[in-house]
Amino acid sequence: MQQTSGITQNKRPEARNRIGLMEKLRYIKNNYWLYLFVLPAVVLTIIFKYLPMYGVLIAFKDYSFRKGILGSDWVGFHHFERFFNAPNFEQLLFNTLQLNIYGLLLGFPVPIILALMLNQVRKAAMKKNIQLFLYAPNFISVVVVVGMLFVLFSPTGPVNKLVVAFGGMPLSFMSEPEYFRPMYILSGIWQGAGWASIIYVAALANVDPELHNAATLDGASLLQRIRHIDLPTIRPVIAIMIILAAGGIMAGGGDKAILMWNEMNMEKSDVISTYVYRIGFQQANYSFSAAVELFNTVINLIMLFTVNFIVKRVNDGDGIV
Amino acid sequence: MDSIKPTKMDKVVLGVIFTLLVLLVVAIIGPLIYMVVASFMEPTALLNKGLSFDFSDYSLEGYRMILSDDKIIGGFLNALLYSSVFTVITVSVCVFAGYPLALDDFVGRKVIMTLFIITMFFGGGLIPTYLVVKSLGMLDTIWALVIPGAVSVWNIILARTFFRGLPKEMNEAAKIDGASDFTIFFSIIIPLSKPIVFVLALYAFVGHWNDFFQSLIYLENQDKYPLQLVLRRILILNKVDPNIVSSIKEQAELARLSELMKYAAIVVSSLPLLVMYPFFQKYFEKGVMVGSLK
Repeated sequence: MQQTSGITQNKRPEARNRIGLMEKLRYIKNNYWLYLFVLPAVVLTIIFKYLPMYGVLIAFKDYSFRKGILGSDWVGFHHFERFFNAPNFEQLLFNTLQLNIYGLLLGFPVPIILALMLNQVRKAAMKKNIQLFLYAPNFISVVVVVGMLFVLFSPTGPVNKLVVAFGGMPLSFMSEPEYFRPMYILSGIWQGAGWASIIYVAALANVDPELHNAATLDGASLLQRIRHIDLPTIRPVIAIMIILAAGGIMAGGGDKAILMWNEMNMEKSDVISTYVYRIGFQQANYSFSAAVELFNTVINLIMLFTVNFIVKRVNDGDGIV
Repeated sequence: MDSIKPTKMDKVVLGVIFTLLVLLVVAIIGPLIYMVVASFMEPTALLNKGLSFDFSDYSLEGYRMILSDDKIIGGFLNALLYSSVFTVITVSVCVFAGYPLALDDFVGRKVIMTLFIITMFFGGGLIPTYLVVKSLGMLDTIWALVIPGAVSVWNIILARTFFRGLPKEMNEAAKIDGASDFTIFFSIIIPLSKPIVFVLALYAFVGHWNDFFQSLIYLENQDKYPLQLVLRRILILNKVDPNIVSSIKEQAELARLSELMKYAAIVVSSLPLLVMYPFFQKYFEKGVMVGSLK
């Protein structure tokens, strides 16, 4: 919902709409300091956000650093064709889709349920303390979280000690491909769900207690009240979070996959972001890598608009775009 | 609410909810406690017995190694430098930009805001950004880590939302008295803006401190590595600095030392933030809330 605040600007019918060019120029002249204030952000955005957008052209070229972006030769859709025909294309695509879709299906409801449960803790101090613990993993770095996975789930680690204690054989959690997705998704929930619940907890604070009182008098059970009062209250927030999650906007990228990736589990752990990193930075294959990334961006945008469209339909016309 | 007695069924549901929450808290702090206890243990004892509370199995060797390791100390200092510089730059840039955008009559507000918002949805991506940074000669310098990510649209929106909530009377009075926007901003707005500056600074610092990816891409010289990249070597790539073990030849000893360092490294690197964050909890939450206000 943060993102919407910029898009749906307050639509006050200010007189400014009708003021002329001369007046605008006079305003700029009189308030030049304001323009100097925004200048650094605008310049940095143009250099580090818009220039790379122009740089995406290299996806259609055979980029060489010496010739530069403009000077490099055009190759059209060559890199895209090469990617689509690559033997690992399907694997990469399905790995990426599965990791994200399972992650979304499993991870998305957890913060909501968490917030609904936290909302039932009446003692403010108790609630604060629980939240304190739930938010803590958010402050641990990805490197440390993955490091903890390696330690806890190593063949001789505590989890495998339990497995052995129950008569099993030690499992290679960090190198067997089958375990990659569960490890990735569950550790993500462990780290992020508490923090993600904040926004829903805040939205639940807006529920009018009178509604609950009235419903209780009418004989509604606690579960019924959660279902029919609390849940509808946070529905708009849920809608926006779904769109953002589907568009991959909130995702910080494939940092964690890059850390968890290894040659043994790459059958499942090789996703588009790890692939882009490998061919781009380890093999310096810039054009091809940029093409793969552009493909990924386009998929994300399509997802964003599709989900936005669906959510708008079911959410009385409220989407984010 | 409290005046109405909950039914028996509701009490059961509440009990279940409370139990679940307690279990979740245990699931979250369990691994953390394991790390802390394990970091004090002798690796062979840990390997054979698992966690034990027999103090004869305890050792501070892991911590001694970590704290005498130049790479870790260097990484810590590098991270401190990078994150501090980044925080100062990004907070200044975003607060400066947020102020004019909060003014209703600011000519060009829509255009500039659109320029920023578009970047939230679409970007050139990793490689083109890398090439821009490279062509500016920033590779392998601190600037690659503190400049390209300095504009955070999310932070600008947070700042803008905050400024919108400030009373406008003082600005207008000052303006009538002939004060420039520069004077107004620094003598009236900034003193009132400590909360938002603090929130943005916390977010920026923590985010940058915990990030490894930017430095992975942009830094080559290992002496410039921030803490997270050093940790990646120790925890994930399983590499111990050969200088430390130069005197020790045996492979088994090397493995033992690398295990020993892991736990202590995890604890030492995560503890500062985990210990500090409860004091700042309300500010962090505020950050999420302010952003959610339209």
